[in-house]
Amino acid sequence: MTTPALLRRRRPRTDRQLTAGRGVYVVLGAAVLLSLFPLYWTLVAASRTNTEIHRMPPVLLPGGRLWHNVTQVFVQTDLRLAMVNSLIVAATVTASVVLTSTLGGFAFAKLRFRGRNTLLASVVATMMVPTQLGIIPLYVMMADWFHWADHLQALIVPAAANAFGLFFMRQYLIGAVPDELLDAGRMDGCTTRGLVWHVVLPAARPAMGVLGMLTFMAAWNDFYWPKVVMTQQNPTVQLTLSELAGGYIKDYSLVLTGALVASAPVLVAFLLMGRQIVDGIMQGATKG
Amino acid sequence: MAASTAAAPGARAPARTAGHRWHRLDRTVSPYLYLSPFFVVFGVFGLFPMLYTGYVSFTAWRADRPGSEGRWVGFENYRKLLDDPFFWNAVKNTLGIGVLATVPQLLLALGLAHLLNYRMRGRTLMRLGVLLPNVTSVAAVTLIFVQLFGRDFGMVNWFLSLFGVEHVDWQAGTLSSWSAIAAIVTWRWTGYNALLYLAAMQSVPFELYEAAALDGASRWRQFRSVTIPMLRPTILFTVIVSTIGALQLFGEPMLFSQQQDPTTGGSQHQFQTLALYSYNQFWGRFKYGYGAAISWAMFLLIVLVAVVNFLAARRMRGAE
Repeated sequence: MTTPALLRRRRPRTDRQLTAGRGVYVVLGAAVLLSLFPLYWTLVAASRTNTEIHRMPPVLLPGGRLWHNVTQVFVQTDLRLAMVNSLIVAATVTASVVLTSTLGGFAFAKLRFRGRNTLLASVVATMMVPTQLGIIPLYVMMADWFHWADHLQALIVPAAANAFGLFFMRQYLIGAVPDELLDAGRMDGCTTRGLVWHVVLPAARPAMGVLGMLTFMAAWNDFYWPKVVMTQQNPTVQLTLSELAGGYIKDYSLVLTGALVASAPVLVAFLLMGRQIVDGIMQGATKG
Repeated sequence: MAASTAAAPGARAPARTAGHRWHRLDRTVSPYLYLSPFFVVFGVFGLFPMLYTGYVSFTAWRADRPGSEGRWVGFENYRKLLDDPFFWNAVKNTLGIGVLATVPQLLLALGLAHLLNYRMRGRTLMRLGVLLPNVTSVAAVTLIFVQLFGRDFGMVNWFLSLFGVEHVDWQAGTLSSWSAIAAIVTWRWTGYNALLYLAAMQSVPFELYEAAALDGASRWRQFRSVTIPMLRPTILFTVIVSTIGALQLFGEPMLFSQQQDPTTGGSQHQFQTLALYSYNQFWGRFKYGYGAAISWAMFLLIVLVAVVNFLAARRMRGAE
């Protein structure tokens, strides 16, 4: 009687993790279904007419009007201009954030300088400050001082560097770049710029990819600041989307087609890089 | 390799003092150079506007009244705020939606992380599946949910009707609108937080569970006495971050509204959050001074709630 109990207790020592039973699969499967369903429903609605999606009980399979609806959305709204705008903003912001975060993260992770800890603490502290606090003066600056309101630089410049990216790259580079390699480089007469070029950038590449992805998504999805500083004359994707839903008579199949088209780039990116993004989020969580 | 090359530059160094000085300058200046983009951007577009908001909140600045921008009125805006029923209404809505949008979300995330921690087939697919909602935009997600929460033809009401619940008008009621908005937030963020918890769970030393099992602790007991205490830093982090996010909700209540003016947060202001109210005042009514006062009040509320959460979490530790 006692031996099996002891054996049972010991089994995890070799397995380390418990193996999932049927119940775990069922609950997790339900969670994943719940996560996917609204997006699947968007695809269904985007491929049918407004009348069809208002049937009770609801239709659950995609129809054949996806292409028709997509062209209609592009005809009836400024989505084409909006997508070009969002692409320019998100790409520029991503390039800038990845570059500044890698350099700054390297400085925090591997370089010794006066005030390092104080500066690092202040960077972390700025992550806790709500972005909305400065919104009115920020708008006044953009509109009256720089005359940037309704121009893309109003979206790009304030987002060109951020605390999250800096901290994210620091966490990664602490472990990814061996101190010995940097010391050896110094001995060989490498300048700091040379170290960045030959040691840091090659080692940082995976994290730069993840940070780039996260930054692109955040920039593409941003709503509050574009809503304040841009108009429907020069919209981003999210603004066009909100405009599409604001009309009196709503054609929901068109609204959801808009939502699908607006989400398509980030969904595709997620399909391509989802694994690395999951790893990046989880690594950032434990090293903090 | 390092040892063999070390001798050469060392021997040459005295002959190249200019180069040596350049190297010292490089090592002193480079760190600051690399950090300067962040601090310049944050200083100009982050810190300065925040402080300036504080100044603006003490003025009677209205964008539709030229020359009013410097008119100092002391605490007048804040006094008005304390007597403003719409402000208190917004505080109530923000806190109510905040609780509904964070507490169930983090509990669900904890449970989800526990399940994801099992060894299973399709592990990566499960993780990808629960994270997917997080990459879609607030605008897109809210519009999708507005349709799902539709009164007459929404799928949520159709599902509820199977259990005899008739046509809920989700936008109309206080609790119903809060719940619907909270559902949107929960759907978008549960998987993300679950991954953070999962990462923390995987770094718990397995020996702790073994020791607990040897002491005869049940699964549930192990979860409570080993997992939760080891996860406390992560839990604290997610509580603070979700709180800050939930108290700033803007896009969700705005796009959830079906009113002509979406900044009112429903026909009776029943889901007008502080962020919406502030936007309504400075953007819709040009009251920069008053809007700035609302922004600062919102910031103080966030700090207050974060401190309360922090102390509560610390007391949790003391109770163990």
